[in-house]
Amino acid sequence: MSPRTFAPLLGAILLLAGPARAQLTIEIIGGGANQIPIAVLPFAGESVLPQSITEIIEQDLSRSARFRAIFVGGVNPLPTEIAQVDFAEWKSRLADAIVIGQAQRLPDGKLEVRFRLLDVLKQSQIGGIAFTLTAAQTRLTAHKIADFIYEKMTGERGVFSTRIAYIVKQGPRYELRVADADGQNAQSILISSEPIMSPAWSPDGTRMAYVSFQNKKPILFVQSLSASKQPAPVANYRGSNSAPAWSPDGKQLAAVLTKDGTSQIYLMSPDGSNLRRLTFSQAIDTEPFFTPDGQSIYFTSDRGGSPQIYRMPASGGEPVRMTFEGDYNVSPRVSPDGKILAYISRVSGRFQLMAMDLESKQIQTLTDGQRDESPSFAPNGRIILYASDVDDRGVLAAVSSDGRFRQRLGIQAADVREPSWGPFLGN
Amino acid sequence: MKKALFSALTVALLYGCASTPVEPEKPAAPGVQTPAQAPVSPPVAARPVEPAAQIDLSKRSVFYDYDKYDIKDEYRPVLQAHGKYLAENRGKKMLIQGNCDERGSREYNIALGQRRAEGVKRMLVLMGATEKQVEPVSLGEEKPRCTDHAEGCWSQNRRSDMLYGGEY
Repeated sequence: MSPRTFAPLLGAILLLAGPARAQLTIEIIGGGANQIPIAVLPFAGESVLPQSITEIIEQDLSRSARFRAIFVGGVNPLPTEIAQVDFAEWKSRLADAIVIGQAQRLPDGKLEVRFRLLDVLKQSQIGGIAFTLTAAQTRLTAHKIADFIYEKMTGERGVFSTRIAYIVKQGPRYELRVADADGQNAQSILISSEPIMSPAWSPDGTRMAYVSFQNKKPILFVQSLSASKQPAPVANYRGSNSAPAWSPDGKQLAAVLTKDGTSQIYLMSPDGSNLRRLTFSQAIDTEPFFTPDGQSIYFTSDRGGSPQIYRMPASGGEPVRMTFEGDYNVSPRVSPDGKILAYISRVSGRFQLMAMDLESKQIQTLTDGQRDESPSFAPNGRIILYASDVDDRGVLAAVSSDGRFRQRLGIQAADVREPSWGPFLGN
Repeated sequence: MKKALFSALTVALLYGCASTPVEPEKPAAPGVQTPAQAPVSPPVAARPVEPAAQIDLSKRSVFYDYDKYDIKDEYRPVLQAHGKYLAENRGKKMLIQGNCDERGSREYNIALGQRRAEGVKRMLVLMGATEKQVEPVSLGEEKPRCTDHAEGCWSQNRRSDMLYGGEY
């Protein structure tokens, strides 16, 4: 039950190349235990690609803290088939697995990348895929290869090809951005001179709900990520409209409205129709979050005198209080497997990320920041992205859900906040 | 005692931060007179104060303690003046913006700011305004007046502002 402190920071610091000031840079702090040693050899002919694809794969794997990259220098010629691999050499370099591959330009101008993941001890192929791609898809292909390797070696789905959303404040300018999970390839989907808040991905990853202050008060919008048409407000009632949360089937949106008085939770269709009220208290009820099975909604309420986390049926009904330690527990998020409740707790004036095992009710302190907030689980549940600050500047940070390792993602001279990790997309 | 110290600190900091405008400008509301400055001369002979002179609409803000939304007694005269003005000017509309300091959840702060604005609305309605005239909204911690990460700024940011139509 006692908060655990972090092990001394052992890890290497890895700065991803980010020439544009708008890029997020990633810094890894701490390291996971039992990292899988893996050698990602340069792919033969990969110079036909605009970027080194194997460098991206290796960075993805290292950043997950589940892998340790083995030195791959001095190999000539680069093997492309299993028969060309000197397994004794890789065994002596202590690699459990190696990745080999090749890239080439096809006659029709497209590119092809094929790779094999090999088991060093068994001297056999674990798997392999060939991709046909355009030059612009190099990074995505690298993430997909890293996802494949991650899944084969850990038994869990990788999140390298998923996307994240976050808010950037730079001077008077607010942006809602969507980027690759490694912070690269960022695109602004909304720019405003008024605050933007609470981005929430639809479960199919095609739409984003958010709160905009462009009309001098919080109004709820849902924006399609593909269509460029102007988004229409889905909740613009008297008072404030905020805290959107999608049901897992994407058919309903929970949100907080104040049209009937204090902040209460309502359900609506994603276009704003079929509005109905879910909570009926005289207190603050906010920050709804659906459980992955869609059966329950966690939320924050001060009905007991201080903000605490409650759970109620998704159709409304009697809430059950979930948090009892401390007088400020907010921002509930449930892990994709439904087993962990992540939330923010005020402990001695500091706001820290906590994880509650929902079965045993054991609580673990995951972070030691001053103002940590807005947690968001990766779709595989292994990592929690959250907002933190360094030198009074907002940064994104990530912690493994077991608390073993952390990362920081920041942009020079800008405040980055309110991360939301998008869903798995297709295959 | 802690609270007293806190209030003293708040006041000290409020007065200390000269560059920050604490009160927004008064509205160009027809028929409203700004009262002259508080009488400085020794109040030997009491003089009946005209009711109109009590309507001081220049004060637009209510400040709060951390995590609180109750309105302190010192703000009652201000709210009374605005409530009376709204009662006498049914065509006037007001937006009440509740604000919070930066600590804690952004969404919870939207709800807390709403509570603050709602409290001001209720008081104004008690003083004679109608529900339709006043809309309470929240800016949460999103539009801080003061941006240092310390109590000197936080106390200014825990605030409800009253804005008349045309001012927002």
